[in-house]
Parts: sequence; structure tokens; C-alpha cells
Amino acid sequence: MGTTKTLSGTAAAREHPVQQITTRTDSREILANARRDIARYHLDDYFIVDVDAHHVEFDSWAEILDHLENPVLRHNAKAMTQDWPRARQLAFSNHPVGLTFQDVFGRIPHQAELGEDVEKTDEHRDLTLIRRAMDSLGIKMQVVFPQPMLEMGLHPEPDIVTAITFAYNRWFARTILPRERRVRTLLSLPFHDADASMKTIREFGETPGVVGFMVTSQRHTGVHRNVYMRIYRELEERGLPLAFHAGPSWGDHMTTTMNRFLSVHSMSFVTCNMTHMTNWIVNGLPERFPKLKVIWIESGLAWVPFMMQRLDHEYLMRQSDAPLLRRLPSEYIAEMYFTSQPLEVTMPRMLEATFQAVRAETQLMYSSDWPHWDFDVPARIAGLPFLSEQAKRNILGENARRVFRL
Amino acid sequence: MPTTQERAYVGASGRVPEGGRLVVDVGEKTIGIFRVQGRLYAWQNICAHQGGPVCQGKMIPRVTEVIDPGGESHGFAFDESHPHIVCPWHGFEYDIQTGVHPGRPAAQLIRVAVEESEDGIYVTV
Repeated sequence: MGTTKTLSGTAAAREHPVQQITTRTDSREILANARRDIARYHLDDYFIVDVDAHHVEFDSWAEILDHLENPVLRHNAKAMTQDWPRARQLAFSNHPVGLTFQDVFGRIPHQAELGEDVEKTDEHRDLTLIRRAMDSLGIKMQVVFPQPMLEMGLHPEPDIVTAITFAYNRWFARTILPRERRVRTLLSLPFHDADASMKTIREFGETPGVVGFMVTSQRHTGVHRNVYMRIYRELEERGLPLAFHAGPSWGDHMTTTMNRFLSVHSMSFVTCNMTHMTNWIVNGLPERFPKLKVIWIESGLAWVPFMMQRLDHEYLMRQSDAPLLRRLPSEYIAEMYFTSQPLEVTMPRMLEATFQAVRAETQLMYSSDWPHWDFDVPARIAGLPFLSEQAKRNILGENARRVFRL
Repeated sequence: MPTTQERAYVGASGRVPEGGRLVVDVGEKTIGIFRVQGRLYAWQNICAHQGGPVCQGKMIPRVTEVIDPGGESHGFAFDESHPHIVCPWHGFEYDIQTGVHPGRPAAQLIRVAVEESEDGIYVTV
């Protein structure tokens, strides 16, 4: 039956209250269109866990520096913030120039700043912003990370990295986690220092809201080095996952050839995790720590079938280089966990094949990456035509419930 | 199933000046109305990518790259004849006059009928 269109009487159009979205716009207005997805896909009926979202730690940087344990380092950092106007939100950090390219030069304001008004209450501002985003996206629980601190693996001074990582972790565990049960985190390890990493796990391993630990992937170390084995053993025995969170670098041998942030972001957010996964597999770490749950965050998914095929191909000809393996590399990779964002969707048939390769129904966990420029709404998963209803539920939340014992 | 179209009065012509935009709500729908070289264009406030509020984004000319006959690049330039609207969620850009993404013609905005008469601007949704 054809569609009949009738013209009713003339109504009045109302001027929309927000003509242009800026860095000052309320998150609920920015994400208003996502709330329509909640009704369209009945997302209220899902237990949605977002395994990768961010708050802006630089907004609370002075508070975080107060948690520096060493009095000299605390003095040094606070002196920077007092005397260098532009260091108030940067002191001791490793904020690289490339990160300020992420908003495509004013085109994606929420990446640059969430500068919206928040009522003055006893509540921490970051929690208000987190709740606004979660409610707008239909998310029940969110794993929250910092942002520029993801670059700390490239910081030139290891002692400062250790001190700042402890300060941030203590601040987050004391200031944010106790106030909101819907917020969880994978705390960052000062990975360059195995002793400090062990201390981190023992200090926070039973803190409510800490569901595991995270290594920032931009760093120049082999994850197979013997010094790290006790970290993996400790996490395996505690049943806590280890996540590798990707990040960008415009400073490595390959990306220094690049002239556009598009190029740098496309490659470096993936190659850092490709490197660590290669070392992880070839050195037989899945055989050494078979119960350790490993999660790869924010590299998308398209790289995974490549890694599976490439490592399988090479391994079969050079088995003696990887003597600990008893199966194909792809079989170990298929037992790992992945977060979904940024989901590469331009080739639907390849996307479906990728979901099959990574065993998405049990191994994939939805992530938004809000408020970053390439964030994904839950409808990204809910709208995929090749997924069963149960697969959607698993990816949107049930897999995370199982992995993190939520 | 019959559907009902609604003709809505937006306001006087001056509400959408040359190079400007007006975002309005008509029932449950939000619409962006733009004026380029005297002509009005109207699009639903839904990005073809992930449904973002495209009409509330930044307006900026299309960026081009200057290439000389020898194939050498001489940097970026703005093409003022092709103003773009940029979705603030993820940066998808659309030509305001066609509603089409310059790199992927299949990515298109949803057109809204807009007309201008002596008493002002109307949209039909």
C-alpha cells in the first residue's frame, strides 16, 4: 500500500534554544539525539556497561598534585602551578602537542572541553558530567579513565611518572569512586617500575570500584621482559584483568614521517597495541598465565583479523621462535577481550567477519570513549543487523559483567 | 499508513541571513535552515553517521589543497563557494547546498522542504 501524505494546517516552528554546540554546551544537549536511541532500541531494557570513557583529570589537577606523596615533588609541582600560568593544568604531565589536534580545530567541541555550567554543590564536578553522559547514552555502569595521563608511558622522567600515577590513583580512589557505584575503573600501573606496579596492585586491588589494572600502551618496552612476570602472576591470582589502553604518538619512527593527525591517529592508536600483542603471543604469555584476562582497549577491531592471519602465517614457518606456543596465535587471540570503539563500519561484510573472528558474542565489550572525538553511542552495537538479540546484550554489557564480576 | 505532513511558519526572512543558520523545532523534529547565496536550504538535525545534531555544528568553508601543475602541494585553502556544516559529534562534514559528504556521496542529510514567500519562511516536515 502506498503512503498517503496529507497537509495539515500551518503550525509554528519554535526556535531551538541551542543554535550552535560549543565547548560551553551542556552534555545533555550535546547528546540529546542519543537519548532518542534509547527509545528506538529499547536500551533501557539492557544492562549497558561502557568499558572505556574518560574524565578530564586536568580540571582537577591541583587536587591531584596534593596527593603527591614526596614533599619535594609536591612542592615542585605546586610551584609550577603557582608561577607558570599555563602550567596550572599541566605541571609534571606529558601533554603532547598532538592531543590538541583531536577536536579537528574547533569542529568537535566536546573533545576540546566540557566547559558547561554545573550547579555549585558538594558534588565533584566530574561526577556530575559523568552522570549526565551516562544517562544521556543509556549507560548503567561506566569504566572511567583519565585522558592526557594515557601518555605517561612516554614521559622522560620515570620517578615523576611513578609519583604522579600514585597521586592520581589515590585521588580517584578517594574522591570519585566512593561517591558513585555506577563508576568503575581500571587503575593505571606505573609499568616501567615493576616494584611500584606491584605496590599499586596491593594498595588498590581490593578497593571498591577498582575492577582491574591498566597499562598505557604508548611506551617503549617489551611486555615479555622477565621483570613483569610477577605483575601478571599477581593479577592472575587475584582474578583481576589487565588492560592495554591505546594512545597516540606523533614522536615515534613511523609517525614522525606523517603530516596530518588523521594519519597519526589512524596508525599509532593501533600499532602500540599490535606491538604489545605480538610480544605477548610470541613469548607464550597466554601459556604462562592461562587464567589472566587480557583486554585491548581503544584500537577498534579491524586490526585483530590482520594480527591473527599474519602471526599464524609466520608462526607456522618459524615455530622454533615461539616454542611455548601449542596452538596457533589466532587461537590465543580469540580468547582475549576487546573493547568495541572506534568501531570500523564502512565495510559491513568485513565487519561481520571481524565479529566472527574475535568471537564477539563472548569476547567483545561495548565502549563509548566519551567525550573523545571518535566516541561511539550504544546504538552502534544495537543497530548491527547481523547480531542476535543475545549477542547485542552480551556485547553491550553482559560480557563486561562476567569479565569484571559486576 | 497515511502520514501527515506539517507546514510550519518559521518567521520573517531576516531570521536566516546570508551565510547564517536558524535551528528550529517542529513537533518532535529539529531542523536547520541555512541561506547560501540568497537561497534557503533545510536539513533534519540528524547526521548520517551516528545520528548526531549536525545542524548545530560549526559552519566553515570546504578545505581544499593547492596543487601546482607539477603535482607539488602548496598547502590548504578555503573554498568559500562551498560552505560546510560539520556535525559536532564526530566531524562529518556536509555541503550545505547539497547535504552530501564530499568524500562519500552515500552519506547524505535528510532534506526538508523549505519555501520563502512575502510573509516569511515555511518548512514542511
